[in-house]
Amino acid sequence: MSEGFISRAFQGRRRQTDDRLPPGQYLVEGFPVLSAGPTPRTPLEEWDFSVGGEVDEPKRWTWDEFRALPSEEITRDIHCVTKWSKLGTRWEGVSVDTLLEGVETAAEHVLAFCDGGYTTNLPLEDVTGGRAWIAYSYDGAPLEPEHGGPARLLVPHLYFWKSAKWVRGLRLLNHDEPGFWESLGYHNYGDPWREQRYWGD
Amino acid sequence: MAEIRRLPHRLEWRIGEVLETRHATPRTKSLLLDVPGWEGHKAGQHVDVRLTAEDGYQAQRSYSIASAPEEKSVELVVERLDDGEVSPYLTDELRTGDKLELRGPIGGWFAWEARDGGPLFLVAGGSGIAPLMAMIRHRAAAGSDAPCRLLYSSRSLEDTIFAGELDHLASSDGSLEVVHTLTRSQPPGWTGYARRIDDEMLAEVAPSNEQGPLTFVCGPTPLVESVATALVGLGHDAGRIKTERFGPTGG
Repeated sequence: MSEGFISRAFQGRRRQTDDRLPPGQYLVEGFPVLSAGPTPRTPLEEWDFSVGGEVDEPKRWTWDEFRALPSEEITRDIHCVTKWSKLGTRWEGVSVDTLLEGVETAAEHVLAFCDGGYTTNLPLEDVTGGRAWIAYSYDGAPLEPEHGGPARLLVPHLYFWKSAKWVRGLRLLNHDEPGFWESLGYHNYGDPWREQRYWGD
Repeated sequence: MAEIRRLPHRLEWRIGEVLETRHATPRTKSLLLDVPGWEGHKAGQHVDVRLTAEDGYQAQRSYSIASAPEEKSVELVVERLDDGEVSPYLTDELRTGDKLELRGPIGGWFAWEARDGGPLFLVAGGSGIAPLMAMIRHRAAAGSDAPCRLLYSSRSLEDTIFAGELDHLASSDGSLEVVHTLTRSQPPGWTGYARRIDDEMLAEVAPSNEQGPLTFVCGPTPLVESVATALVGLGHDAGRIKTERFGPTGG
């Protein structure tokens, strides 16, 4: 309905034409923080990570066991639905492929769950094949609680709310179950290149 | 009989018309918009604003709605960020009669409706007052008697957005309390708080956790982070503390 609309006298100062920038996004140098409630602070000795749901055998790692798993360095651009993007962010983490190794499942969906009650849903194929990690380090230092530490999901090809902070596990599901923001008007899949911000986008 | 189900529908871009712009403080402006087709909002929600240049270049940002759902126009509060791209246009260029493209309302978590009840504890830093003002106005418009306390941190009195309206509302409503803290400069004779919100201030001002307040915190990240952490430390239920942050990179 607003096709062809021009904002009177708007020039646009930044004119960022970087082709790594998805539509409607702008670049930031800092690392903005967004979350829906207080930052959870789970002591590492109480922390664990689990894979459950529709699997033949649930798996669980303590912090030490998790950190002993093979890890990877990841450098990716990230895109937040609130419009900022940050290029070339550096992380270290365990590939979700590593965590799902040997897991027998017919599930096609995943619900990530977190301290603080946050959840987010993803197709299983979006967290496998080298596309998702459980990250514990950012820019060479342990991930700060504000940014999701001790560990967060990292799925950089989707809007960043899918990269759930304070993640504690993955529940594999036969059906799709909308997570926290996905139930509150945000897009179920969240591809920044197709600008899937909200329901119906 | 067929079940009536409301399917998710696309949030359409709409063209609003600027009815009025007001200087809320030297650095912030209030934009009052008439938005044809606006389907209403909940207090606390925000909109996306999109600017389009003649050659098609676009920039988008999010702004909280400060007006109550009961009001006819939609009010946005915009803080001017000197190195920003969208906010200087909105504060310096936009004038009455101009058109502005927006879509919303967005966000259903950081929102309050009168039927949610109270007590309400609202904590704002600077322009973080906007979504909380929508709640305060909605509470008044809906005739809610849910006890409500606002703790509002501003740099100075002249930087306090909606100061007059808040005074007025609080003086005519015994169950609304407004507590200001002025962090940089205070007028002569100021007897209120004159420092950043800290644990001690929250212990004095926050409703006790036995009252089970529903808390909304909105402002810059360091304020939101420290307030939410302190309230959890005071024994408040983390599940009843909702936060919204205005990053320094808004633009």
